[in-house]
Amino acid sequence: MTSSAQPPGAHLPEHPDFLWDDPEPKSSYDVVVVGGGGHGLATAYYLAKVHDITNVAVLEKGWLAGGNMARNTTIIRSNYLWDESSGIYEHSLKLWEGLEEDLGYPILFDQRGVLNLAHSLQDVRDSVRRVNANRLNGIDAEWVDPDGVKEICPIVNTSPDVRYPVLGATYQPRAGIAKHDYVAWGYARAAHAMGVDLIQSCEVTGLETSQGRITAVETSRGRIAAGKVALCAAGHSSVLAKMVGLSLPLASHPLQALVSELLEPVHPTVVMSNAVHVYVSQAHKGELVMGAGIDSYNGYGQRGSFHIIEQQMSAALELFPVFARAHLLRTWAGIVDVSPDASPIVGLTPVGGLYLNCGWGTGGFKATPGVGDCFAHTIAHDKPHPFNEPFTLERFTTGALVDEHGAAAVAH
Amino acid sequence: MQLIPCPWCGPREEAEFHYGGQAHVAYPGDPSALTDEEWARYVFFRENPSGPFAERWSHNAGCRRWFNAVRDTRTHDLLAVYRVGEPMPEVTA
Repeated sequence: MTSSAQPPGAHLPEHPDFLWDDPEPKSSYDVVVVGGGGHGLATAYYLAKVHDITNVAVLEKGWLAGGNMARNTTIIRSNYLWDESSGIYEHSLKLWEGLEEDLGYPILFDQRGVLNLAHSLQDVRDSVRRVNANRLNGIDAEWVDPDGVKEICPIVNTSPDVRYPVLGATYQPRAGIAKHDYVAWGYARAAHAMGVDLIQSCEVTGLETSQGRITAVETSRGRIAAGKVALCAAGHSSVLAKMVGLSLPLASHPLQALVSELLEPVHPTVVMSNAVHVYVSQAHKGELVMGAGIDSYNGYGQRGSFHIIEQQMSAALELFPVFARAHLLRTWAGIVDVSPDASPIVGLTPVGGLYLNCGWGTGGFKATPGVGDCFAHTIAHDKPHPFNEPFTLERFTTGALVDEHGAAAVAH
Repeated sequence: MQLIPCPWCGPREEAEFHYGGQAHVAYPGDPSALTDEEWARYVFFRENPSGPFAERWSHNAGCRRWFNAVRDTRTHDLLAVYRVGEPMPEVTA
């Protein structure tokens, strides 16, 4: 058919180039990263970029960034209590601040600040302590009173006449949100450009070891030999670790979130509340994005119970009465790997050449660049980076826990 | 809302229940004899299977009694419920 015979509007341009290829797996790689979410893609990117290790495959059982990377509420902050956490989360926040340039890809990183509300005297004491700890670690943090909360986010109900009155909040101005999909695409595109194979629809079904060292992964697309294997599988980490007889102190729970229909800009920042279990921001496109607490039971089904959503909505309405007329657009759940001290496990394992990155629970998105960088260092040098050195599996035996239930507690 | 069959009260809504984690985790017989590794295992390490899982529930807003259940963590189907002290029944997922 000649072009003149085409109906109007059918003269479409060629499909643009794909951001990455969809290759067949090779029979062997220097490093196999299991899990093609944010952490896996970032790990592959920094392996190639910083350590010049490019014979790398990222194996993903579904599609790239379709697990928790597609399901989180995109909050980025570093206002954690302990020095160990400050190290890795602040490292990550600093990488976020240069990430658009680094990846050469827009990620809509927007430092609109985060308010963590305090609703009781104990909350106030804990929050002020956390502000002081943050400042000692060089992290921007301030304590704001209810009037200050109102100034930063006018739609928060700061009336004393509610069940959980707002007594103040911690404020981190450098915190913010980013477009989660763009972050994944940016990392995938850049990793692919440096020679990393991104292999989708490839489920790991077994891990092969010889004399205490990892030698290969068995997958739904055949056996792939590997010099080193790095697990970035979030909620499925326990299942993978069990393939080499390794138990992890993790529980996989559903974590739900929801969005409203698109609204005019009404919410200028990010607001989190431990006491009433909700955290809210407004996406660039206009949806209100809200996260809930985890469902109490273990679950791998990527769905949770309705009463959790009900509680979350009632909490949001008490804090933001203006939301009463917003309509719910959709809800969903991801599977989060919750550790006993609400801190991650990143480092070596008893199996040679097998590396572990898990236990981020409800807070893995903000860590994406930081852990990608530190985990790549751990893999390349067979030795933890100083920032992830405290987050060993052994800490549950030695007792050197990093208890972040206060700073991470919204959802745990 | 999911119904949970309490072995004492029959099927009730999930919101009446409280979750208690893995079942059949016994307190160590001789605590002072435990190594650090064994303590860590008892305190922090639990099974986390994708599939049938024996776990504890409490019927908080009902009879207030604890019981055990085998639930498939992939589908959230309750495959069996049984009273405390009874052995875990055989299930097929």
